[in-house]
Amino acid sequence: MLTPEEKTEIEAECARYVRKRSAVIEALKTLQRRRGWISDETVRDVADVLEMTPAEVDGVATFYSLIFRRPVGRHVILICDSVSCWTMGYDAIREHLQAKLRIRCGETSADGRFTLLPASCLGACDLAPAMMIDEELYGNLTPPKVDEILAKYP
Amino acid sequence: MPAEIVLTRNIRPGLEPPDLKAYERAGGYQALRKALSSMTPQAVQEAVKKSGLRGRGGAGFPTGAKWSFVPLGSDAPRPRYFILNADETEPGTFKDRHLLEGDPHQIIEGTIVTSYAIQADVAFIFLRWEYRKAARALEKALSEATAAGYLGKNILGSGYSLPLHLHVSAGRYICGEESALINSLEGRRAVPRAKPPHPTVCGHWGKPTIVNNVETVANVPHIVLRGPEWFAGLSLGADSGTKLYSASGRVKKPGLWELPMGTPLREIIEQRAGGMQEGFRFRGALPGGASTDFVPEDRMDVKMDFGSLEKAGSRLGTGALVVLDDRTCPVGMVLNLERFFARESCGWCTPCRDGLAWTARLLQAIEEGEGRPGDLETLDGLAKSMGPGLTFCALALGAAEPLASALRLFRDDFERHVAQKRCPWR
Repeated sequence: MLTPEEKTEIEAECARYVRKRSAVIEALKTLQRRRGWISDETVRDVADVLEMTPAEVDGVATFYSLIFRRPVGRHVILICDSVSCWTMGYDAIREHLQAKLRIRCGETSADGRFTLLPASCLGACDLAPAMMIDEELYGNLTPPKVDEILAKYP
Repeated sequence: MPAEIVLTRNIRPGLEPPDLKAYERAGGYQALRKALSSMTPQAVQEAVKKSGLRGRGGAGFPTGAKWSFVPLGSDAPRPRYFILNADETEPGTFKDRHLLEGDPHQIIEGTIVTSYAIQADVAFIFLRWEYRKAARALEKALSEATAAGYLGKNILGSGYSLPLHLHVSAGRYICGEESALINSLEGRRAVPRAKPPHPTVCGHWGKPTIVNNVETVANVPHIVLRGPEWFAGLSLGADSGTKLYSASGRVKKPGLWELPMGTPLREIIEQRAGGMQEGFRFRGALPGGASTDFVPEDRMDVKMDFGSLEKAGSRLGTGALVVLDDRTCPVGMVLNLERFFARESCGWCTPCRDGLAWTARLLQAIEEGEGRPGDLETLDGLAKSMGPGLTFCALALGAAEPLASALRLFRDDFERHVAQKRCPWR
């Protein structure tokens, strides 16, 4: 069930769109921010408030790469794997992250701290190789620089 | 005389973007005042048509012509929508991020003037989630512009009203395709729609809708203020205006520069980007993001404009140069590109969904030394099967361009992988 605050926030979003269902992505992002990820229950909650079927909501939730249908860590790393970053050493950065966090892309570290996800071009090709952690963008990565950055995230 | 800087003149990298007051001091919102007070929507359309402005998002469609497809008049369908496409995800491309973060009011002014030209009732900015800094800059600029009366009801007493909403997306490259973007904004999966009907007559919720790229719209206030002849005179060739070019890969100074449209590829690489890094040689480049054909070393003097690049067997695309050097395996690079396109295919139509997955598998086998005789011919065929007219949208077409051109230009490298049963670069 939606909390009153969640309901208010989603209904405010609806006002910006032409029809209610347009707010589905915004609603999913809102609940993901509050609940961490989108569970089956959350899909039903969104469906109820936006007058959609759960299947319609899940169709949307599973399409977009930044809507998480499984639990994620406290911080999400988006590592750019597109062509400029690949040319400039993406493989070494990914391997370093995987070894350091003892996970592969798509997984969450055992301590629940980080989830590592591949991402399409982050538009930081002049800073390649690049990654984002949560809302912050990092470029010109090297393995030692990655270590320094990770240390900032508890 | 140094070339005129237009779109990036207020941008100071590393500093906060100009706020409303600073933007106004630099002449900001004068184009909006001029359009609303002394030009009809048709006159704005006419100026943009005459200027020769072509879309900067990749396809290069003439902007004024696109606008003119929107039915106006008292019995025309309403509401009309304008959507700013700020979903920049074309690999290698970061020009719109630069414009949005560096001068958000310019983008908002362009959006309002464009909306006025097509008499839009509502406008949206469709921004990719990853552009967090741009989102913060836009939110601040939107509230300033609204408070100043540039947005909302009866703008500057003109009688024209426009609500402008920021929509922040949730990932997926395909959202940048205009009909997929419209589906996404309706709260659906971002799959492209069959065309016709085009969004210009049947778009958002079935109503006439224009979708324009950020850099395209940034040009509009300047054309309104200074005229189509001035705009046409900015370029070095047949296509008008300036262009945001960029270079990434093994160049000395990767970056972004606003230059006259038609600046030669060689000048951008050698002068702006400082040439190749020590120990690396230029072999070729994708001139306009991932969805364009490779331009080889012997065509480096090509002018970076729509017509010249087409003659050179490629496309201007986004104007974002992605450089292939001699120490990078071209098969590996194409594998990276095709894996990207295969992953980002929305799955709606077969040539794209199945063709790209098959392409990526074959390329991976070749790169890992497991290529077989006949594989290259299969890849040639796959590139053709994703050609014009065979798919719902341009994603697979874009994927076929670097593939087909690499197979042609770097054939020896592909053949060596198959013959030697290994990647010669490893």
